[in-house]
Amino acid sequence: MTGTSARGTASGDSDHTRHLLHQMLRVRRLEEQCVELYSAAKIRGFLHVYIGEEAVAAGVMATLGPDDAVVATYREHGHALLRGVPAGAILAEMYGYVEGCCRGRGGSMHLFDAATRFYGGNAIVAGGLPLAVGLALADKMSGRSRVTACFFGEGAVAEGEFHESLNLAALWQLPVLFCCENNLYAMGTALARSESQTDIALKAAGYEIASWSADGMDVLAVEETARRAVDAVRAGGGPHFLELRTYRFRAHSMFDPERYRDKAEVSRWMERDPIDKLRNALEAAGQLTDKDWKSIQQDVEAEVKAAVEFAEAGTLEPVEDLTRFVYSERGPQ
Amino acid sequence: MKTTYREAMRAAIRDALQRDDRVFLMGEDVGAYGGCFAVSLGLFEEFGPERIRDTPLSESGFVGAGIGAALGGMRPIVEIMTVNFSLLALDQLVNNAATLLHMSGGQFNVPLVIRMTTGAGRQLGAQHSHSLEGWYAHIPGLRILTPATLEDARGMLWTALEDPDPVLIFEHGTLYNVAGELADDAGPVDISTAAVRRPGKDISIITYGGTLPAVLDAATRLAGDGIDAEVLDLRVLRPLDDAAILGSVAKTHRAVVVDEGWRSGSISAELSARITENAFFDLDAPVGRVCSAEVPLPYAKHLELAALPTAERIVAAAREAVGARG
Ligand SMILES: Cc1ncc(C[n+]2csc(CCOP(=O)(O)OP(=O)(O)O)c2C)c(N)n1
Repeated sequence: MTGTSARGTASGDSDHTRHLLHQMLRVRRLEEQCVELYSAAKIRGFLHVYIGEEAVAAGVMATLGPDDAVVATYREHGHALLRGVPAGAILAEMYGYVEGCCRGRGGSMHLFDAATRFYGGNAIVAGGLPLAVGLALADKMSGRSRVTACFFGEGAVAEGEFHESLNLAALWQLPVLFCCENNLYAMGTALARSESQTDIALKAAGYEIASWSADGMDVLAVEETARRAVDAVRAGGGPHFLELRTYRFRAHSMFDPERYRDKAEVSRWMERDPIDKLRNALEAAGQLTDKDWKSIQQDVEAEVKAAVEFAEAGTLEPVEDLTRFVYSERGPQ
Repeated sequence: MKTTYREAMRAAIRDALQRDDRVFLMGEDVGAYGGCFAVSLGLFEEFGPERIRDTPLSESGFVGAGIGAALGGMRPIVEIMTVNFSLLALDQLVNNAATLLHMSGGQFNVPLVIRMTTGAGRQLGAQHSHSLEGWYAHIPGLRILTPATLEDARGMLWTALEDPDPVLIFEHGTLYNVAGELADDAGPVDISTAAVRRPGKDISIITYGGTLPAVLDAATRLAGDGIDAEVLDLRVLRPLDDAAILGSVAKTHRAVVVDEGWRSGSISAELSARITENAFFDLDAPVGRVCSAEVPLPYAKHLELAALPTAERIVAAAREAVGARG
């Protein structure tokens, strides 16, 4: 079964809708800050930002409960933040400080947080999909009605692990929500240059997995589709697959000269900015005043500023601790 | 009690399934078929398809699922038919199982046990005969076990399941039919130390897994010539038991390492280096090595035998080391 969701609208619970706007802006501002800090050489390594794609994480994350699990890729700052990892711990991680969510051992591409069941942060394309299948298997075998949401790009679709994971999840009817963030490019490789079948939801449906596509630039459409899917997964309906059609406004990473797509294409997509889109819809419906918007902005600015201060005040893990956490301190009995 | 290596392994799995509800066995043909080496024969009937879980042919998928299930609180035992096929799961083993604890700053343990067959000697040709456990021993974050005896076949699994970190158990294909006496109350054994299988004073022959029988055979022959060889079974390839290795060499002053892997870049290369680095002045002879010939393992019996560390080659290497006067 494949389908396309109904279009989202700015009707319904306006508090909740303003909350989604707030969530997207948190991701946007944190990442704009990351880019600045990267340019200032405060943070290093690879940095992949999610700017333009915020509606996907915000929409899906809103449908998950605290006991659910999340698996993500190297473009995961937004997922971590919206899952509940404090912005300060995320930034401190990128600074390489012990106050970071992984004590500075993971960095931008490897954010983890046990408290919020955030299982990465995985720099191997498709590497997180089998993990999500296993987390869901553990839930199913233990009789828990939790959901594991797994985010990955459309580039992962070409990897064997994608196919192995979908097959296993469907075969064993596991409670996984596969969320393909189809932003049309895997680094510089356009989808049509890497896949014989470019309808990804259709591909997933080939594994007997209920699959839906949604407009990934519309947070309400994402949320509505994700909620239907999550409810079905939680009710024992087996794995569900979402193809969320989105676009990244920035280059793949800070090193990408972006020769593979033209500026006109990027501008066309930027006209569909998910934050502007929702803000305009809310304003048109009389559900967002100027004052509301300012207050959201101030809130976000304050959060990001505090996060930078937290990170700036961070400390380095003692080098004597280098070999900790290779094996557990408890060891075998 | 009289038993075989295969039965001891099966008893260990049954025991684990009975002791802990979180334990389940997963792999290709472990269920209805009974395991491709018949290790899990009968367990499917006894425990059912949830806990003796047949998987499709997708090594990366089900090894990764085992890692995820371990993260989710289960205690999976994943069986990979042979080490050759584990290469299709290298991404999950090396990039996820071995790294998650460290990358997460100590937050995520992966209490997973993976069992697989290794080794040659059954005329299966190159794609079923290689000994790649030394490669895995290269990876920090993994614990590498090589049970060579009935006691270890029976006892290592439970201790491995108690380990909060990922453990890989390599079972040499020629050992499954080895029969012998095992104490009725045989139970868990430690998975940190090497074991002296035959004490001796003239030379240390250091080995593990499938080559232990050939080494013991060689030691008996050497005794006939008046050479008293000590046989050290490593049992654990990572982390290595340096104290046992260096202690034995300090006593005998000579060492030959026997390893079914290829000599270049092998675990025997690591042992030789460690001995040279740490016990150079104890040595009366260069550290010798008996490894597999540097060829993909051939099918023809005579060629396969010629490629492997046999008792004859071990005896010859030991004689050479003893002949060399310091
Ligand atoms: C297995 C693997 N191969 C190659 C890479 C290098 N790489 C990093 S990101 C990327 C593109 C992935 O694109 P996609 O999955 O669509 O995600 P997006 O970056 O668009 O979010 C590639 C090829 C990698 N990290 N892992």
